[in-house]
Amino acid sequence: MEVIQYVTIASVLIAFLAIIVKVIKYATAPESMRWELYPVPHEKGRSEYGGSYFEELDWWTKPRHSDMFNEMKEMASEIIFLKGVLHNNKRVWRFSFPFHFGLYLCIGWLFLLLLGGIMDAVGVGVSADAGVFGLVVHYLTVISGYAGLILTGIGAFGLFVWRVTDSNQRPYNSFAEYFNLLFIDAVVVLALITHLGSDPGFAYLRGYVAAILSFEPAVIPGTLFGIEVVLMSLLIMYIPLSRMSHFVAKYFLYHAVRWHDEPNVRGSKIEKRLTELLGKKISWSAEHMHPGKTWGEAVQEKENEQ
Amino acid sequence: MSNKNIKVKDLGKKTDRVYNLDVKELPKLPYPYEDWEDPEVPPVKDIKAEGKDLSLDGILNVVVPIPESEEKKEELVAKFLEGVRKLLTVENNWTFLKPFMLSMENCVKCNTCSEACPVYEMSGGAEIYRPLFRSDVLRRIIKKYISPGGKLTAPFTGSNIDLNWETVARLAQLAYRCNLCRRCAQTCPMGVDNGLIAREIRKLFSQEMGIAPAELHTDGTIKQLTTGSSTGVSPVALMDLFEFMEEDITDRTGLNIKVPFDKSGADILLIHNAGEFLSWPENIEAFAIIFELAGVSWTLSSEMVGYDSVNYGLFYDDAQYAKVTLKHAEVAKKLGVKKVVMGECGHAHKAVMAIGDRIWLGESNIPRESCLATLEDLVMNEKIMVDPERNDFPITLHDPCNVVRSMGVVEPQRRILRKIAPKFREMTPHGVHNYCCGGGSGFAIMQSNNFPNWRFLLPGRKKFIQILNAFEKEEYEPGVNKYVCAPCSNCKGQIRDLLEYYDAWEKAGLLYGGLVELIVNCMTDVREGFVEWEFH
Ligand code: SF4
Ligand code: SF4
Repeated sequence: MEVIQYVTIASVLIAFLAIIVKVIKYATAPESMRWELYPVPHEKGRSEYGGSYFEELDWWTKPRHSDMFNEMKEMASEIIFLKGVLHNNKRVWRFSFPFHFGLYLCIGWLFLLLLGGIMDAVGVGVSADAGVFGLVVHYLTVISGYAGLILTGIGAFGLFVWRVTDSNQRPYNSFAEYFNLLFIDAVVVLALITHLGSDPGFAYLRGYVAAILSFEPAVIPGTLFGIEVVLMSLLIMYIPLSRMSHFVAKYFLYHAVRWHDEPNVRGSKIEKRLTELLGKKISWSAEHMHPGKTWGEAVQEKENEQ
Repeated sequence: MSNKNIKVKDLGKKTDRVYNLDVKELPKLPYPYEDWEDPEVPPVKDIKAEGKDLSLDGILNVVVPIPESEEKKEELVAKFLEGVRKLLTVENNWTFLKPFMLSMENCVKCNTCSEACPVYEMSGGAEIYRPLFRSDVLRRIIKKYISPGGKLTAPFTGSNIDLNWETVARLAQLAYRCNLCRRCAQTCPMGVDNGLIAREIRKLFSQEMGIAPAELHTDGTIKQLTTGSSTGVSPVALMDLFEFMEEDITDRTGLNIKVPFDKSGADILLIHNAGEFLSWPENIEAFAIIFELAGVSWTLSSEMVGYDSVNYGLFYDDAQYAKVTLKHAEVAKKLGVKKVVMGECGHAHKAVMAIGDRIWLGESNIPRESCLATLEDLVMNEKIMVDPERNDFPITLHDPCNVVRSMGVVEPQRRILRKIAPKFREMTPHGVHNYCCGGGSGFAIMQSNNFPNWRFLLPGRKKFIQILNAFEKEEYEPGVNKYVCAPCSNCKGQIRDLLEYYDAWEKAGLLYGGLVELIVNCMTDVREGFVEWEFH
């Protein structure tokens, strides 16, 4: 295999690893106090106006009806259309929406390249002249590839211009914010130039993926193609390492905090976890914190008048 | 330095004042207040001479002593950093580590939250009050001074900040310029919660450095745990107050009601905010009238802390919060009641029902209910009889953030009002999208120095605009009395102060009160005229 193929493999592995580490970090964070924020979309019949089961008389004696369909609907409109941004910040949505939608298409494109690569590796052709399946995969790859790259590019450029020109925004941007957008735009432009010029159907790129899958040396049809592949690989690795991996955190912010309204009942797992946490030792220094004691002990201490 | 061009880095600048609240920059008020002119904010006298820092915005509610020597300055910074580190550990902050970490690490700097914040909006866009500003101060400190290699990577990560004693002192003040209303969090596409971050900053100052406003700590939780109530009302004084209230019920209504105390095995333990005993006894009386006439099995507690639902720990300190809420749990358990019902106090609702859900464990996990759900059952199922015509005056409803946005109790109070108030007017926006009264997070009880001006002029102003806009123009004709219903003790205190500041009873016929007063006002078994049209 060529060196750049190793770069691609390493990048993809690091990307997966980074995502897994992040998921584990958030998933294993300790049970916290409840901190939900309404509306909570799985509140059946109440989510429209932001109501909760606390509205009911003797709520703990009633069955709780969760509307998972509504929660999924809410998630889908948040993920696909960025509903929250659309409602609360239209200026940003004009660029953020094409940017994110473009990225989804690019992810689809990468999966289609992978699928095409596998088909290539096992000898099933993927092209405009291939059988039905090969033909469908070919056209889907072309459509998702170009649409994804163009939308992502326009979105990233728009977001860059907004960050540079909006005086409210500027003081809060770090170098990383600019760099991320420019990096993405650079990769997009390079990919478009490369493929529109010499690989319009992404056949070489598919071949590159197929070569990795079968541990064969890949055909690199030119320097530009080589640079594109290296930069794209680095981008795939960089996204989960940077704040651009906020999709992971967003899941937890919504499900483990904002919408987390599971009541704690006697003998529950939540209660068990909390009881264990009360055994943690405090080292806060203020006198009323009773440093050295456990949380369980400290909060039972008699208060001194101050 | 213009108020709008202040940078996060400026928090560490050697200057007497980072920001000046200029009343001319505030938005105009609507009808009938178009010509209203706000007086200048009175300066706090001689505070620097007393060795206290006031250099953020000249407003005083949390006192940070100015360190006397270079050594003391360094000590202050080191202690602060130690506190920040503790906020990031499971041992010291398991209570909020998950939401805190998620909020700190995932802001995408889109500023969507700014427009949702009433403090920022009413200040005319003052940079220091932008929700993101405060959070970014802490974020940059963590990145630069706590993350490995932070100083080296600072230019890349945007951690442009100098950590000196001024930054520390001003950040403490900045944490007390947020109502913790979480309106910003509701609009954040990521789910980042700047209100939570402000609370975590307050926590580190209290839990590590012993710095917190006196109203919350020494005169708040400490007083409550040592005397029985944050008002200082002891169990003995409590009985005197109730004797007076029982007489008052007879005078007002002709009814003879004995308020039950410490009744073991009652269905309901009702806990009030003790502020009501002194400022609004009619609210306590109204609950007693409703429960007695509906034949409810209920009791109050005369045990230390058991008669005061206040829990200011919720606003600044996890340990103080837990101490108070566990006392409430202990009282309920001892009485063997079927459920605890929270009176008209928003933060107390959240303290025992939402957050308390993770603290009332095992045998202490006695069910808790909002009085709004209890009252809805009594009114809608006709366990008490009402004549809505007695409430034939315009009424608007304030939504306490803690009850609505943080707990989702939105409709019971509305269903009641729709039944008993023929002229019920909604504010815009309302329900979970409401605006804070401006007294949230403990501000309503902070009456000293020039802080009240701040809460009237900034967050309170937004609420006042909402209140004014809730009524029709013709309802401002002389002689038309209007009622702002605030089913929360702290909100009610803030709305009282706001109406007084804007002279709104005289100028606009606006009075305020709770929900139970309106219910009793229209109960057919009670003499007419429970709501008295006098400002107090
Ligand atoms: S807190 Fe949320 S809304 Fe505010 S800037 Fe950060 S990501 Fe945007
Ligand atoms: S919690 Fe409320 S007051 Fe605080 S920053 Fe957010 S919107 Fe503003």
